[in-house]
Amino acid sequence: MNSFKKNLLKKRYNAERRFQWYGKIAIGLALSFLAVFMFQIFSKGYSAFQKTWIVTEVHYDKELLLIDAESPSKDDLENADYYDVAYKAMTSLDPGLPEEEDRQLIQMVSYKYEAEVKDLLLKNPDYLGKIVPIKLTASDDVDQVHKGNYPRDIPEEDRRVNDYQLQIYDMLNERGDILSEFNISFFTSPDSREAELAGIASSFMGTVFSILVCLAFSFPVAVLAAIYLEEFAPKNKFTDFIEVNINNLAAVPSIVFGLLGLGVLLAVFNLPRSTPLVGGITLSLMTLPTIIIAARASLKAVPPSIREAALAMGASNMQTTMHHTVPLSMPGTLSGTIIGLAQALGETAPLILIGMVAFVNTIPGTPVDPAASLPVQIYIWSESAERGFVEKVSACIMVLLAFLILMNLAAQIVRHKFEKKWS
Amino acid sequence: MSKIKAENVNVYYGSKQALFDVSIDIAEKEVTALIGPSGCGKSTFLRCLNRMNDVIEICRVEGSIKMDNLELNSRKLDVVRLRENVGMVFQKPNPFPKTIYENVAYGPTIHGIAQSKEEMDQIVETSLKKAALWNEVKDRLDEIGTGLSGGQQQRLCIARAISVSPEVILMDEPCSALDPIATAQIEELIDDLKKEVTIVIVTHSMSQAARVSQKTGFFHLGKLIEFGPTDKIFKNPDNQQTQDYITGRFG
Repeated sequence: MNSFKKNLLKKRYNAERRFQWYGKIAIGLALSFLAVFMFQIFSKGYSAFQKTWIVTEVHYDKELLLIDAESPSKDDLENADYYDVAYKAMTSLDPGLPEEEDRQLIQMVSYKYEAEVKDLLLKNPDYLGKIVPIKLTASDDVDQVHKGNYPRDIPEEDRRVNDYQLQIYDMLNERGDILSEFNISFFTSPDSREAELAGIASSFMGTVFSILVCLAFSFPVAVLAAIYLEEFAPKNKFTDFIEVNINNLAAVPSIVFGLLGLGVLLAVFNLPRSTPLVGGITLSLMTLPTIIIAARASLKAVPPSIREAALAMGASNMQTTMHHTVPLSMPGTLSGTIIGLAQALGETAPLILIGMVAFVNTIPGTPVDPAASLPVQIYIWSESAERGFVEKVSACIMVLLAFLILMNLAAQIVRHKFEKKWS
Repeated sequence: MSKIKAENVNVYYGSKQALFDVSIDIAEKEVTALIGPSGCGKSTFLRCLNRMNDVIEICRVEGSIKMDNLELNSRKLDVVRLRENVGMVFQKPNPFPKTIYENVAYGPTIHGIAQSKEEMDQIVETSLKKAALWNEVKDRLDEIGTGLSGGQQQRLCIARAISVSPEVILMDEPCSALDPIATAQIEELIDDLKKEVTIVIVTHSMSQAARVSQKTGFFHLGKLIEFGPTDKIFKNPDNQQTQDYITGRFG
């Protein structure tokens, strides 16, 4: 081998090594971006899964509750006046506090503390007349102090928690009367203006209903369209035109579909605003082309030999399609559907346009109840100033990501487990 | 006795003519072999006999093909009924990705041949026995057909074809994907089947044509060059082109 050839060979090997390095660097970069992103979300959001409680004592005094009956019924308890009892439970934390300053103590718990006092008695009617310990939801500010998210060493006027409140907090903390528990209410409560009470139940159910409506509308239409176009329609200019348009539809920005939903579903058909029904139909317009394309691709992937085998056995076109081609294409179609739905799951813009951005503090029971959705919830909370919402945004993103990962996993499983292999 | 009589068959793929005035008489309960170099139109002709060319949109067939005086090349013909009577075995084994049982039972099911489960079991068993596959698969009928070996798959396809008791079976190079042992099994099978069924087989292997067929037709460039008893075609052909092909001078 002469030296020229040797040099050439060396150059080729070097080029290959360099190329491999470029690839490794690209992957490394992508992974580190992902890691930074994940770290950001987790470090900000994990604390949202903890809820802070303030423990105090409540005296269910019949006189203060304004209960006259000797053995009060459930209705009596329901209609009793809890204002004074709840007020006393909080002010008893610092009996020496002048009355005009009491707001400072009351502000340390959520505004729903009176309802919490009531709920405990309704659940345990035998507490009537007794003094019992009670857990009250700490206010957003105390919650953030407890989680260490608020700096304590800045001037008092810049702080949301004043010196007096910090003093009470430290006292309670020393006594072990500040509890930190898993935040169940984050998953069971609807949205709220108060960060400590806000949960994702409404938006989660809104998302579930939207996705179900979207599936119910887009899947049958898309699969039938795909089957017709792929197996029955003549191949001519018109069907080519349709194919081009379906592909274009998949690239239309989602906000345009939102406008369509607003203009047609709400304005013309008068469907109820802000509901998962409208949201789901709007999203199904987006999902439709994705499913059609996936279904057609997987129909195309069924070997022609299977069609020939069925046709040669005397099966009609319809029988060939329904007995063989469609069942064989289903795994691909389904995984395409799930991926389409996962895309729809993360859509925000069209839902905002059809009004699913409204503040909803009830949990929807049906697709025609007003609801938010997870991505819109993230958008709403990210506009709020309180520190409590910052961690909630990250927590909500985590829930959305978990949802997405589950769906993509399902798509993978469907594809690998049910896909038939031929010869 | 003639089973299928083709007269002046012309086939076009779009503007390209693939068959030129092919006329042929296929005798009942005999094996007719169609030989010729690749692209000579023998498969195209075969696919005219069960109208499989209908699948190809640009394909147009002219001329007359009669089976028992029934015109096959007619719009009015019920293709489903025709294909029930004319089975087909393809070049590449193509069992359905379903169980062995379902593969064989498919035809009888869609044509309503079996009245009961017992009858269906009987049809599946006889078909598999006729296809010389029964002994190998009788204990695993619920296994997927595509899991069998190539030769077994092809015999399964033959079992599937004969499950509806067709009068004619078309075979499009049925052994081209098989090893010599599997090929020998299929050839033996063809020999058995011809007692009941008319068989038309397209093959690239001249020795196979010589072994299994009674009549042979030689196609070249879309024309039927010569057709006659297999012995004569192979030993003493009339046409020089046939002579050249048989002796391996071209093709």
